[in-house]
Amino acid sequence: MSAYILRRLLYALPILIGVNLITFVLFFVVNSPDDMARMQLGDKRVTQEAIDTWKAEHGYDKPLLYNAEAGGLGALTETIFFEKSLKLFAFDFGQSDSGRNIGYDIRQRMWPSLAIALPTLLVGLAIAISYALMILFFRATYIDFGSVVLLVAMMSISGLFYIIGGQFLIGKLFHLVPISGYDRGLEALKFLILPVVVGVVAGIGSSTRLYRTFFLEEINRDYVRTARAKGLRERAVLFRHVLRNALIPILTGVVAVLPLLFMGALIIESFFGVPGLGSYTIDAINRQDFSIVRAMVFLGSVLYIIGLIMTDISYTLVDPRVRLS
Amino acid sequence: MSRASCSLPLLVAAMLLLSGCGEPPWNNPYPASQAGQTILYGAFTERPKHLDPVRSYSSNEYAFIAQIYEPPLQYHFLKRPYELVPLTAVALPEVRYLDADGSPLPSDADPSQIAISEYLIEITPGIRYQPHPAFAKDEHGAYRYHQLDPQAAAGINALDELPETGTRELIAEDYVYQIKRLATPWLHSPIAGLMGEHLLGFDALSERIEAAAPDPVNSERLFFDLRQVPFEGAEVVDRYRYRIRLEGRYPQFVYWLAMPFFAPMPWEAEALYGQPGMKQNNLTLDWYPIGTGPFMLSENNPNLRMVLTRNPNFHAESYPAQGMPEDQAAGLLADAGKPLPFIDEAIYSLEKESIPYWNKFLQGFYDSSGISSDAFDQAIQFDAAGEAGLTDGMREQGIALVTAVDTSVWYLGFNMLDPLLGGDSERARLLRQAISIVVDFGEYISIFANGRGVEGQGPLPPGIFGHREGAAGINPYVFDWRDGRAVRKPLEAAKALLAEAGYPNGRDPETGRPLTLYYEAMDAGPDGKARLNWMRKQFAKLGIELVVRATDYNRFQEKMREGTGQIFMWGWNADYPDPENFFFLLYGPNRKVEGGENAANYQNPAFDQLFEQMKNMDDGPERQAVIDQMTEILRHDAPWSFGFYPKSFSLHHQWLQNVKPNLMANNTLKYRRLEPGIREQLRERWNPPVLWPIGALVLILILGAIPALILARRRERSAAR
Repeated sequence: MSAYILRRLLYALPILIGVNLITFVLFFVVNSPDDMARMQLGDKRVTQEAIDTWKAEHGYDKPLLYNAEAGGLGALTETIFFEKSLKLFAFDFGQSDSGRNIGYDIRQRMWPSLAIALPTLLVGLAIAISYALMILFFRATYIDFGSVVLLVAMMSISGLFYIIGGQFLIGKLFHLVPISGYDRGLEALKFLILPVVVGVVAGIGSSTRLYRTFFLEEINRDYVRTARAKGLRERAVLFRHVLRNALIPILTGVVAVLPLLFMGALIIESFFGVPGLGSYTIDAINRQDFSIVRAMVFLGSVLYIIGLIMTDISYTLVDPRVRLS
Repeated sequence: MSRASCSLPLLVAAMLLLSGCGEPPWNNPYPASQAGQTILYGAFTERPKHLDPVRSYSSNEYAFIAQIYEPPLQYHFLKRPYELVPLTAVALPEVRYLDADGSPLPSDADPSQIAISEYLIEITPGIRYQPHPAFAKDEHGAYRYHQLDPQAAAGINALDELPETGTRELIAEDYVYQIKRLATPWLHSPIAGLMGEHLLGFDALSERIEAAAPDPVNSERLFFDLRQVPFEGAEVVDRYRYRIRLEGRYPQFVYWLAMPFFAPMPWEAEALYGQPGMKQNNLTLDWYPIGTGPFMLSENNPNLRMVLTRNPNFHAESYPAQGMPEDQAAGLLADAGKPLPFIDEAIYSLEKESIPYWNKFLQGFYDSSGISSDAFDQAIQFDAAGEAGLTDGMREQGIALVTAVDTSVWYLGFNMLDPLLGGDSERARLLRQAISIVVDFGEYISIFANGRGVEGQGPLPPGIFGHREGAAGINPYVFDWRDGRAVRKPLEAAKALLAEAGYPNGRDPETGRPLTLYYEAMDAGPDGKARLNWMRKQFAKLGIELVVRATDYNRFQEKMREGTGQIFMWGWNADYPDPENFFFLLYGPNRKVEGGENAANYQNPAFDQLFEQMKNMDDGPERQAVIDQMTEILRHDAPWSFGFYPKSFSLHHQWLQNVKPNLMANNTLKYRRLEPGIREQLRERWNPPVLWPIGALVLILILGAIPALILARRRERSAAR
């Protein structure tokens, strides 16, 4: 298995270089280093001299991808792309264009992101699995039909509607929790309720339908028929046999997204004023802070790759028939 | 009925009863420990980029640093027109003029003779800095944290990890130190270019600092003591006096002395933050300010909140005893002579979205708020005379409305370098005048700004010396004065001008096709689409086809710098209340293509000559006469269609006192007074927890579960199929 993991990690290198290159090109198609300097220095009374000094100090005074003036290898290494990318692979994110330490900010902001993402995932998972099992239990009844209609309707509604609706109903009309905000320690709990509820409700439609499909695939298998033939009650069949086997695709899917929980939820964090990594990324895009954008895209790619490797490993753990080679 | 189902109605009833028991609101976003305290609650929508007074240059940053840093002068809180008064200075500085030989000149000397203007500023003794680790000393009198071990410094992540603090008296040297910081190249002060034109020897100082300072280590600039660098533009006279020297005459300089750029900076702060490893951990002046003002930044977490707490070392300053005649009736002089500040703390929370911000204001969790477009109809209604007032709902909540016309102008600019629209030909001028008539900014204000604006008649908004109200103040090329108000000229007048310009019915005589003009738009999003459609319709009234070239702000700025745009819309917010700060936007040598701020690239020798005369004059009838001439030239030449002066509407709750809009002063937090008892009572009244929906939800679930359970039991008992 270790050889497999090592190989996958080596495969990851060109992927990360590619992602980094695409991010770089997309960013600089829209923004020039001069634009970035203006964004940092402000609009009023900025001289070209100040812009040039800023670029020199932040390493944006070189050619983007190819330095025709430098000889040999320098043509590639004495460029913004190379100099800004090299340290990323050592996870040294350096400083943002506004002068903040990115690594420090990420360490600070990943906890609020996790505080929302983790309970949303776990509560959502528990509800979706329970609901899917219930639908399965009552399959081909009015409960099954009504639930599917409800789930499709829930899937069709925009996530933004759940956020604004949740804030309006629970925060504004019922006065049960703060509409938005965040705090440290236990004080954070009252701020987490609403985004977690909204996150769970917004995700319940799609995940329950998916899990229902997984369960339906299992329900007609031979081992289920055998269990029923043995005289087991339907509840026992579902919980002891069907659930255990259907959990394989569910859990492996969950494992894949686990590392990405650190990255936060872009819209939810923004609307609820949660200082997580999602809002960090959005802010950086709005401020044209390439250093943060590049660091977050890189981090997201790394976490995604780790998630995929973990998924492969989890297959071998939950299904002994699977071998990594 | 089971025991569980019997207890349910009791549970719901208990919840409903509990909901009115007078406990603190459940939706209160603040800790219960803050109840009853004189804490002002506000919000900010965007993280401030800079808190270093040498770099900061935007209103959202000034909202914080103006409460912390104290320049020598400030604007009077109540008096209008805006008036400069001393802050840390003993008095307003007196200016002395010198000729090229250094001989004194009289105050009314010809500006061409003045080689140097000399300002002597004396500060009040006894002012002390906020408690700060930069001043902490050990038992031997050595600075406690100025020689930190690099490894120890690398482990410090926040300033409060340096527990010992100290203070010291404010001295003249601190002001001179800050002025030298303006010239420090790596600090990128936005006004360095401007100061280079005025402060004596400023550019040379910049070069000296660059040459003498050590190179950065690991991209960190280590402490470089600017006290050792001589500077003829700003010198310490004695402990409490310093002298500033300007090249020539620049009367507007005193306004800069009321801005944080000229606030004092103790060298000890740079010595602390300039140690190796500090910047890596975000310990910089850009993050942790240090000042003598009424407040100090006790928490800086711009991703969540920023907290200003009362500076225990704040010097004696009292609420103004004089104001405008109407201020007495408005209760704005009730606190006259009382020591400032009135509040202990101000907590500003990050609110990126307008909807939660507005709802939390209505719930009483913010003391004041602006009005977003979404909430405008809920808050404001216009009476028959067109005057804005509060809706009944707002009045019932005891909310007050404060309005003020901003010292800003939005305009439709014509690129004077454009071969079709630009230049000083009669044809182009008539075309620009026709467009100025037909683009109805009154309608624009009504549709897109909810009526929050005043149609522009010239470059100077109300509140700036030189602005004229009434019939004498209208732009006669665009408006007529009828029934006591300015009325836009009819479409026929614009068509006649267009025909005179050689484009009858908006058609180009050479091609016979509609005249095509190009509009550079920086608002290409969905919100901007309606605006762009409206703009097309305005031009279509004349038969002109307007092609919108929508782009992002970066590209828009690039077009402006290169002078390749044709028509555009842009704005300007005054730095200081002087007409020079608006007319310079049309001053020839200040053209955008030459690196200035004159985006229309307008150049008229007569106007430029009058500008040079006007900028050196004191306010008075003579200056007004010159301004009138300049305004007339601009109205005639029409390099801008004077769009509108935005009007700001803000709301505040009844428990917040001493609210008077002051568009120049940023340090107004110290004047605010709160009545937290009223706030607590109203918050409780407005936010009772409504619990029946939870009971109803539980009930629905239980009621839904009963038939499901029956069905399940029947299924289990039925024979296998």
